[in-house]
Amino acid sequence: MSAALRTLSAHSSRLIVAVPWFWLALFFVLPFLFILKISLSEPQLAMPPYMDWVREFEDGLLTITLNFGNYVLLFEDELYRDALWGSFTVASISTLLCLLLGYPMAYAIARAPEHWRMPLLMLIILPFWTSFLLRVYAWIGILKDNGLLNQLLMSMGLIEQPLQILHTPVAVYIGVVYSYLPFLVLPLYATLIRLDNTLLEAAADLGARPARQFFTVTLPQSMPGIVAGSMLVFIPVMGEFVIPDLLGGPDTLMVGKLMWIEFFSNKDWPVASSLAAILLLVLIVPFVLMRHYEQRRQAEEEA
Amino acid sequence: MSQPRTLSNQSWSAPEEEPIVQIRNVTKRFGDVYAVDDISLDIHRGEFFSLLGASGCGKTTLLRMLAGFETPTAGRIIIDGQDMTSVPPYNRPVNMMFQSYALFPHMTVAQNIAYGLKNEPLNRAERRERVTSMMSLVQIQKLADRKPHQLSGGQRQRVALARALAKQPKILLLDEPLGALDKKLREQTQFELVNIQERLGITFIVVTHDQEEAMTMSSRIALLHDGRAEQVDSPRRMYEFPSTLYAANFIGSVNLFSGHVISHEKDMALIGSEETGGELLVHHSQPLAQGMPVTVAIRPEKIRVTDTGSGGANQVTGEIKEIAYLGDVSIYHVDLPSGKRMQFTQSNVLALAEQPLTWGQEVSLTWNTHSCGVLTQ
Repeated sequence: MSAALRTLSAHSSRLIVAVPWFWLALFFVLPFLFILKISLSEPQLAMPPYMDWVREFEDGLLTITLNFGNYVLLFEDELYRDALWGSFTVASISTLLCLLLGYPMAYAIARAPEHWRMPLLMLIILPFWTSFLLRVYAWIGILKDNGLLNQLLMSMGLIEQPLQILHTPVAVYIGVVYSYLPFLVLPLYATLIRLDNTLLEAAADLGARPARQFFTVTLPQSMPGIVAGSMLVFIPVMGEFVIPDLLGGPDTLMVGKLMWIEFFSNKDWPVASSLAAILLLVLIVPFVLMRHYEQRRQAEEEA
Repeated sequence: MSQPRTLSNQSWSAPEEEPIVQIRNVTKRFGDVYAVDDISLDIHRGEFFSLLGASGCGKTTLLRMLAGFETPTAGRIIIDGQDMTSVPPYNRPVNMMFQSYALFPHMTVAQNIAYGLKNEPLNRAERRERVTSMMSLVQIQKLADRKPHQLSGGQRQRVALARALAKQPKILLLDEPLGALDKKLREQTQFELVNIQERLGITFIVVTHDQEEAMTMSSRIALLHDGRAEQVDSPRRMYEFPSTLYAANFIGSVNLFSGHVISHEKDMALIGSEETGGELLVHHSQPLAQGMPVTVAIRPEKIRVTDTGSGGANQVTGEIKEIAYLGDVSIYHVDLPSGKRMQFTQSNVLALAEQPLTWGQEVSLTWNTHSCGVLTQ
């Protein structure tokens, strides 16, 4: 290859890498900078409902006012702390529930006869063909006092009075687990299907019964899928607002819902923005963790 | 090529001792395909036994049935006096070294080797002791804390061997143990495997497609073809007295002449062949009938050049068409008047000696009655 051509290909490969960077800068970094800017300003009754940092007065004096009060408020007012903690609890427990439900599903699909795998995967993906909002509304119909679930339980004679499920934390968990389960099953399936079967044979050959084969080979080998799937559930559930709003009750406190209230009901954009900034910080931690696992897995696979 | 090894304690020629592995009429069918078709084999204690054959001959399936990964469609497998036909792999007194090595990627070398010891009645110190001795057996002590992806191919092969030997199995199964190594390393490792096997006295059963590898290492070889055992013999007998056309062709090179039996006595047969244009006198030990179509097999290195053609038995004359110089030997291709091409080899004793034989030259070739064999199938 000639030197000129090599330079050209180096340029073009840099160009290709530049596209996602540009995308990230335009649609992620820039909006976040806006959020950051708003979070450091003061609210006012106007359009937009916040004051600019830079205010010029008549005597030609330029003043820049940064308001850190929003962040101080977030740490002082229990409401916000509780909302963050509430989101964290819901996200953690839901991720755990999704894992307990999703791992056997992904495992069963990966182990199913080959002609069964595609139809089974389709069943996992099928709900995406209907609007997310519609599916959450459907759960209201199932869970409400005279809904399908209560009718079924009563007709079976299991209960006499309808159970109050809708507008309780239970309903939120049902909705979240139902909505986010596919995001865990799919990456987990992708790792399990690549699991080298001879590793299990080697374990069996060395005297390991099926249970020990699973815990010493399958489970550690599927760790990347577990981590990726858990992140795909945990991160969006942290910011989830539709499900707690529709299925949850007044005691369901989550950051997403609170942000909505601050933005649209209280018209306090600065506080809402600082909440968004804090949430992002909280989410960077698991994301870095995921990156770490991904890199280690790649190192092992290259071998 | 190295000499086939000879052992003093040839227990497998002692039929009174019970074989450690008895394969009884084992058949394995996948759908309509017979991967293994009614094979019966006895493998004796301390043997280095090879299952040799081209790909798809059923050798790996047979090995996997011994390990317990496949269940025979029919037949029985008895290991050390116990029927193991439907015993799961984790309850068999055998261990396997996989072709891909199948090392656990998330465990260190020492953890890999210790994996099978968890179910053994050993305390912690004994276990560590066993792992250490296994690592020194295959000379990988320094690699104890490495992960498999930090090892070279040859090192991984050693870890796989140590892991399979750690439980001190009665039988070690090896699936193409040297397949992934380069040629030089393969030759070294062949002898090392034989040494380890002799030192430990464990029965080794090796699957290989490489006839040279099987010849070098084995006490006996089973040549498999289309799911059946073509011939089971020592490497030496397999080479010198192939019992079928397939066996003669698979191992080494061979000249084959088709003909028919003119007359036969107890151990001698006179065979007429249009391809040689003469008669062939052959030592044999098979039942023959007059007029029966047979094939006579002669190895190229058993053929001598003579001065004059006397027209007797086991003598042909032809023209040298091709010469291949291989360093240690030269291979000569000769066309006979019948149009049949045959080959013979001569060692190159003197460096850069004037070739006594050259292209287009007429040569008379002959061989001993004991140097050829009669094949009836």
